[in-house]
Amino acid sequence: MTLAFNAALCALILAAALATILGRGIFRSIMFFIVYGLLMAVAWVRLDVVDVALAEAAIGAGLTGVLFLAAFGRLVREGAEAEPPRRINPPAAVACVGLTAALTWAWFSLPIPERPGPQLAEALPRAGVENPVTAVLLNFRAWDTLLESIVLLAALIGLWMLTREDDWRNRLGLPQHVRPGGVMSGFGRVLPPVGLLVGVYLAYVGADRPGGAFQGGTVLAAVGLVAAMTGLVRPPRISAPGWRAVLVAGPLVFLVAGLAGALLGTNFLTLPAPVAGGAIFVIEVALLLSVAVTLTFLVLGPPEGENRR
Amino acid sequence: MTLWLPFVALGVLATLAGALLRVWRGPERADRMMGAQLVGTGGVAVLVLLAPVQGWAALDVALTLALLAALAAVGFVKASSPDGAGDPEEDEPPTTDPRSASEKADG
Amino acid sequence: MADLATYAFTGIGLFFFVAGTIGLLRFPDVFSRLHALTKADNLGLGFITLGVAFQVETWREIALLALIWALTLLAAGTVSQLVARVALREQNKR
Repeated sequence: MTLAFNAALCALILAAALATILGRGIFRSIMFFIVYGLLMAVAWVRLDVVDVALAEAAIGAGLTGVLFLAAFGRLVREGAEAEPPRRINPPAAVACVGLTAALTWAWFSLPIPERPGPQLAEALPRAGVENPVTAVLLNFRAWDTLLESIVLLAALIGLWMLTREDDWRNRLGLPQHVRPGGVMSGFGRVLPPVGLLVGVYLAYVGADRPGGAFQGGTVLAAVGLVAAMTGLVRPPRISAPGWRAVLVAGPLVFLVAGLAGALLGTNFLTLPAPVAGGAIFVIEVALLLSVAVTLTFLVLGPPEGENRR
Repeated sequence: MTLWLPFVALGVLATLAGALLRVWRGPERADRMMGAQLVGTGGVAVLVLLAPVQGWAALDVALTLALLAALAAVGFVKASSPDGAGDPEEDEPPTTDPRSASEKADG
Repeated sequence: MADLATYAFTGIGLFFFVAGTIGLLRFPDVFSRLHALTKADNLGLGFITLGVAFQVETWREIALLALIWALTLLAAGTVSQLVARVALREQNKR
């Protein structure tokens, strides 16, 4: 029965992926991309990687969908939603086929790794947390995570560069408006409290079960987006100092913890075992806030005039 | 139970094929959005059904999907509004001042 | 006894999913299809969570299942209202 289930799930994912690429019309592709993200979340659970499933559910099915739909709405308003005629680009086609062939070859030739890996199992007691994914992300390979958090910040700064001169002092994103007391504003008042709870819960259980700062942060970002889109809160301006502080808090706390490790005798970004648990908790709280706010601002986009609707 | 729950989950997956067909056919954008919505609910159902067999952590993913189930649809109705930031329940979008209206006509 | 309840309720849930999908595929216009969709959302998932609730080990999972269904209800109600308005507006434009 599980074999039939797996086969059906694979078939649906392949169908959604093919429809995303081959279907005509941008809107149809966006819808299939959202469907693809939803099905992939189920597939990751089936493969027992709940950490990835959580991120895919929040990003693949949630945030990117909203981002694409907003972009599509903009194309429609500019009268540019018609799809250009298709042509096959031979060099690109050859490159794609070659890459696919190489990946397929790599997949079959690589040895199947043991999970969670003997070295990781041996080192885990020193990590300060019980979830091996969190241990790797925030302790053993903290470099990657630190750089990722900085990349997110850099992306946001890059996006803000696109702001028009006379919009610079306006609030982030489009000026949202809803019917007071309507369905949308009601939804926007009911969902955020529950969403805040779920996001913090996911981040908190990350220490010893699937979850963590990134998973919780993406959920909080989606909640922030709902709060902004339904008019519950007004997004801040770029110049707001408090929000800027939250944006840099994650990478900054991470860096300080890494430097403290170097000064205390271990290496840069290596957390000494006795304080690792506490340090990871502090880093996770800061990262959670930074990831949540950065992603919300990324999806909201640069400020666009209150007076240019 | 290890046989029955995956069987029901398989049944729900089979219905999702129908939802995919609706996303493919449309014809209205709202139809495609509804198909995607059904895949979301079906995904939650599949995860709930798998949880006793696969491990209860699957419920955390189901919870995340359920929490964000309306996010894409809210994005859709926002994008369908005349200025990309409205609410379909508003009778008239707020009047813009003439200066910005002329700006829009130019751009 | 608990297993019997699971068989029965998840079976009913699956029935509503099948019915909802058939409706989504066969009904003639956007608004009746929307009606079919919310049947799968509300009743299908409701019965499935109810059925699975008989298999839980702790109260924590019961609370999670209840929250999952409540959130889906909230989403289904909101989505059907808003999407119907959009469809209505598109029809009036023509």
